[in-house]
Amino acid sequence: MTQTIDAQTVKHVASLVRLGISDEEAEKFSPQFSAIIEYFNMLNEVDTSEVPPASDITNNANVLREDVVMPSMSREEFLKNAPKVAGGHVKAPTVLGDE
Amino acid sequence: MELINLTLQQTSQLLAEKKISSVELTQAILKRAHEVDGKIQSYVTLADDVALEQAKRADARLASGEAVTPLTGIPFAMKDAISTRGVRTTCSSKILENYVPQYNATVTQRLADAGAVLLGKTNMDEFGMGSSCENSAFFNTKNPWDLTRVPGGSSGGAAAAMSAGLCGFSIGEDTGGSVRMPAGFCNVTGIKPTYGRVSRYGLIALASSFDSIGPMTRDVYDCATVLQYIAGHDPKDATTYQSPVANYHATIDQPVKGMKLGIPKEYFVAGMEAGVESSIQEAIRQYEKLGMEIHEVSLPHAKYGLPVYYLLLFAEASSNLARMDGARFGLSISEGAENIVDIYLKTRHEGFGDEVKRRIMLGAYALSAGYYDAYYLKAQKVRTLLRRDFENALAQVDVLIAPTCPTTAFKLGEKTSDPLEMYLSDIYVVSTNPAGVPALALPAGFSKNMPVGMQLIGKHLDEAKLFQVGHAYQQVTDWHKKSPEIRD
Repeated sequence: MTQTIDAQTVKHVASLVRLGISDEEAEKFSPQFSAIIEYFNMLNEVDTSEVPPASDITNNANVLREDVVMPSMSREEFLKNAPKVAGGHVKAPTVLGDE
Repeated sequence: MELINLTLQQTSQLLAEKKISSVELTQAILKRAHEVDGKIQSYVTLADDVALEQAKRADARLASGEAVTPLTGIPFAMKDAISTRGVRTTCSSKILENYVPQYNATVTQRLADAGAVLLGKTNMDEFGMGSSCENSAFFNTKNPWDLTRVPGGSSGGAAAAMSAGLCGFSIGEDTGGSVRMPAGFCNVTGIKPTYGRVSRYGLIALASSFDSIGPMTRDVYDCATVLQYIAGHDPKDATTYQSPVANYHATIDQPVKGMKLGIPKEYFVAGMEAGVESSIQEAIRQYEKLGMEIHEVSLPHAKYGLPVYYLLLFAEASSNLARMDGARFGLSISEGAENIVDIYLKTRHEGFGDEVKRRIMLGAYALSAGYYDAYYLKAQKVRTLLRRDFENALAQVDVLIAPTCPTTAFKLGEKTSDPLEMYLSDIYVVSTNPAGVPALALPAGFSKNMPVGMQLIGKHLDEAKLFQVGHAYQQVTDWHKKSPEIRD
């Protein structure tokens, strides 16, 4: 399965990860992506029909704690890095609307 | 008094005997850093004031004798991916160029509690994405052994600072070789501990199922010292092991006679630099002289390590870097933005370098509808086979031996035009992280005047054995004692 990732696909994927991209960049990335994905196709050589996907690297399961309030960062500390602040909150423009 | 290029043991001794104070030691290293680091550029941020403040507190502890540890008063450098309260933490990216964490990573806190002195934050490939430090958004770090060559990556700054005597030890992080590969290129010792042995709380995540923080030091003994203090269960990181941390120094001097050393046959094929191969073969002979049994083992899926690693890395990194969105912290570009998505698009376009963009896009591609099964799921299945390979091999022997890289440090700019070529230099270090196994890198000689690194790979949570086997080698060789002369 030869996979060519054309500039259109690059732009589509860029929008999935909310990454602004120019036409030139999409053209530049297209052959690089195609080569890399082509390289990944080597995994098709491996028979994994009876193999489960890896999970649980540390054999820990359901690590829980008591639902007790613990000290955490103060509002002031948290807002120190916020680009825009208003009324003790992080200020952002419209979230809902056209995609 | 020679203060540069000492081991932690030696420095601790000087501090304990009051031959020097932590403030004097810190001042000496800062002075050297200001004089010499212009050529190497290992540091992104040198925090002189913070360092001297911490050194003063360390001296008070040393004077009173209370809560003194082998790390008290020792200056160290930290890879710029690990959060340090009040000290800029950038991941060598424009998107975090002015970000100052309001909390300490667990590792930072543990080192502070032990009395170590933070000197500053070191350069890296942006967000850990790279093998040469050339993907830093700020500047290239040079290899102190040859300033026209790379120090390796992504913990290139931490390795270079350690190598050039610009810290007593450094803390790096290894997701797919990022401690071991630069350790090998710069002639220092470094460990990628078992995944889950050291808390990732406060580490700016690259690939959450691979990331492993590890120390870089002058020798194996020191490496064990530092790991002793940063390892252990952390309630803030649910992937850390509950099991207690072994006392690494208790067994480090035990003879290795009768232990079994495994040579993975798939790793010793054509393509290795001749001097690298001969150094590793010489190391194997050393171990034979020390009484180890040498066995050939097989890692049948070795060649799939690279695609498994990179595919899963792209996918996990894509997820992790979604938080760099210009909304709550970091670079935020909002001029002309009509809604929040505009801020995301512009901020991420300006704030991320090309390699970061490549990886997050490819990660999304591998996870997207129609491709998830063929790429992400497939890679996770082959990952199971990689883990089984290590389990099977390590059931037959105590540790495996391998080079850290097929070559010694390459030239700046040599591999930057082809991303795939850069990925291939990781061939020996990428399989361990998907499997979660620990690996210790240490100096094994020189080839064409550049350091050769070897690594010892062990079973889960078997760091004590790695240290024992590594230390045994350093008792009969002196590669690790060599330091570069910093030339113009």
